[in-house]
Amino acid sequence: MDGTIRIDRERCKGCALCIEFCRKGCIRLSDDLNLKGHFVAAFDDDKGCNACRNCALMCPDVAIEVCVP
Amino acid sequence: MKQLMSGNVALGEAAILSGCTHYFGYPITPQNEITEYMARRLPGAGGVFIQSESEIAAINMVLGASAAGARAMTSSSGPGMSLKQEGISYLVADELPAVIVNVVRGGPGMGSIAGAQSDYFQATRGGGHGDYRTVVLAPASVQEVTEIVPLAFDLADRYRNPVIILADGILGQMMEPVDFDGLVRPPDYDKPWVLTGAKDRPARKIHSLIFDVKLQEEHNWKLQRKFRLIEQSEVRCETHLTDDAEMVVVAYGIGARIAKGAIKRLREEGKKVGLLRPVTLWPFPVQALRDLAKTVDDFFVFEMSAGQMVEDVRLALEGQGRIHFYGRPGGVAPMPVELYRIVSRHYLQAHADGEGRPR
Amino acid sequence: MTADQAATTVFARPRLLKQADFHYCPGCGHGIINRLLMEVIDEMDLQGDAICVAPAGCGMLLYNYFEIDVIESAHGRGAAVATGIKRVRPQNLVFSYQGDGDLAAIGTAEGIHAANRGENLTVIFVNNGVYGMTGGQMAPTTLLDQVTTTTPAGRDADLAGHPVRICEVFAQLDGTAYLERVAVNKPAAVTKAKKSIRKAFQCQLDGRGFSLVEILSPCPVNWKMGPIEACRWIDDAMLDYFPLGVFKDVTAC
Repeated sequence: MDGTIRIDRERCKGCALCIEFCRKGCIRLSDDLNLKGHFVAAFDDDKGCNACRNCALMCPDVAIEVCVP
Repeated sequence: MKQLMSGNVALGEAAILSGCTHYFGYPITPQNEITEYMARRLPGAGGVFIQSESEIAAINMVLGASAAGARAMTSSSGPGMSLKQEGISYLVADELPAVIVNVVRGGPGMGSIAGAQSDYFQATRGGGHGDYRTVVLAPASVQEVTEIVPLAFDLADRYRNPVIILADGILGQMMEPVDFDGLVRPPDYDKPWVLTGAKDRPARKIHSLIFDVKLQEEHNWKLQRKFRLIEQSEVRCETHLTDDAEMVVVAYGIGARIAKGAIKRLREEGKKVGLLRPVTLWPFPVQALRDLAKTVDDFFVFEMSAGQMVEDVRLALEGQGRIHFYGRPGGVAPMPVELYRIVSRHYLQAHADGEGRPR
Repeated sequence: MTADQAATTVFARPRLLKQADFHYCPGCGHGIINRLLMEVIDEMDLQGDAICVAPAGCGMLLYNYFEIDVIESAHGRGAAVATGIKRVRPQNLVFSYQGDGDLAAIGTAEGIHAANRGENLTVIFVNNGVYGMTGGQMAPTTLLDQVTTTTPAGRDADLAGHPVRICEVFAQLDGTAYLERVAVNKPAAVTKAKKSIRKAFQCQLDGRGFSLVEILSPCPVNWKMGPIEACRWIDDAMLDYFPLGVFKDVTAC
């Protein structure tokens, strides 16, 4: 099943737990700084996200929404 | 219908008749009869009694029960009251009603188990942290308990503030005829702030942490405005034989009972001594004292302590008149004759000094 | 196709979480636990019944996040405050949220005695092995040899005693009904933790008695680790001393 996630960049604190627990390597820490000064996580939609929701389960800031088309 | 009852038991019965539904307390002498009475009587009256694991737990159970809308009460003495000070500070900050009874015993430390009046500072100055006040009511007879207790619950609900009833070990134990027929249950107040579950309404919060100091200051001024209002509206005191008095004894609670005995003897000898008995220790009857100071030069403060209320008398009089003091700390209850002798000596001295002085 | 077009959301922010950003440190377990609580309360349709008692500690600002009635308690007093509330309103779901200091140090008497009386309420106990809010001092749950600001040479049993196992201690009390230790350091554990919270609330709704869920939670900043390392440390160091599992369950009968 294809999946996609949306990351709320202003809530993200760059803790990278989503990156650690994504089994497909869909998420990376970007060079983007948000208003709070954190490097935010970014989603790559070409890595085969399967909407497993691990990232959202682990996100301590509830910054991730997971969708399936 | 009059019945013979101890002060402690009357405190419990009056609380139930005033609508108290939740009592939490820990055993400590000389107030155990309150706890035991509530254990016997409250469940049958539809209320909840818990013997808590400590006085700290009890005051926090009162806080929770109050936040949920109940008329809640706890009672203690000495070291137990010290433990409750944090909880009292939180109750004030949260603007929650509560009634806390202190049946005062000798202190400091473990002290004694005899009645005393050594917790005046703790009660009136606020023994907990922060800028706050609690109404402090001092009954002087078992019958007066039936007026003080409903008043305490009423003021607590009306002002959303804890109220302390400052009794003592003698009043707690002594048996006097008491009649509850005149006790009027305070009305129920609308409480739009209680925590009942956010059903069909926005969620509510009760908290006292305010990081922003300007907002914390605002909250403090709001509480202070409440205290000013209480000071204007809720002072209560009794005057006894003050119309022609040349010396006025100032005493409260059991101290006033002893003083009345002393004054009886003094009057038999023609000494013109009266009594001002504060009923609200906070707010203190400042104006009543100042009014008396227009015609009275000598004020004799008597307390069963090393001297605490005497400071409030000094503050109220602001240099007017002369202030005499006699006190016995530790739980010693002087007989009226002892107080009579001391007051008598001071009275004669004051007359000797005062001859010919301008009014 | 972007996420906006004709997509089905399979994971969204719980509606019972207010919009405020969490003040917690990056990688802190409180954020996960806060979310789980609001998910469960929403799924069980308990918003109108729930009353939360918040602690002193990092969890003290719950009233900024939870769309339910919340009262702040003095440090350690949560179980007593919750007792007062529940005894007035037994029909409500009453739970306290307490950290290591709140429950295992200053509030131990209140916690043990609420449990001993079998008060029909739930304690959510967040065990992150340190005092977070005050800057990382030793907690009763700090492990031996663990370095904290008040055990700079590592916790020494002679000076500071051994870590306290709350679930095991509370299991000795007859008034307890359901006690489980879980963790939030990986997705499967988080899912398990959510089930445990749900079970504890159900235990209360069924009037079975006192329930407690102890949740091993990462505190990266005070452990002086990154978030991922902190999650691993729970597995590598904490689980030996604080095993996961059920320590009491009368609901199974």
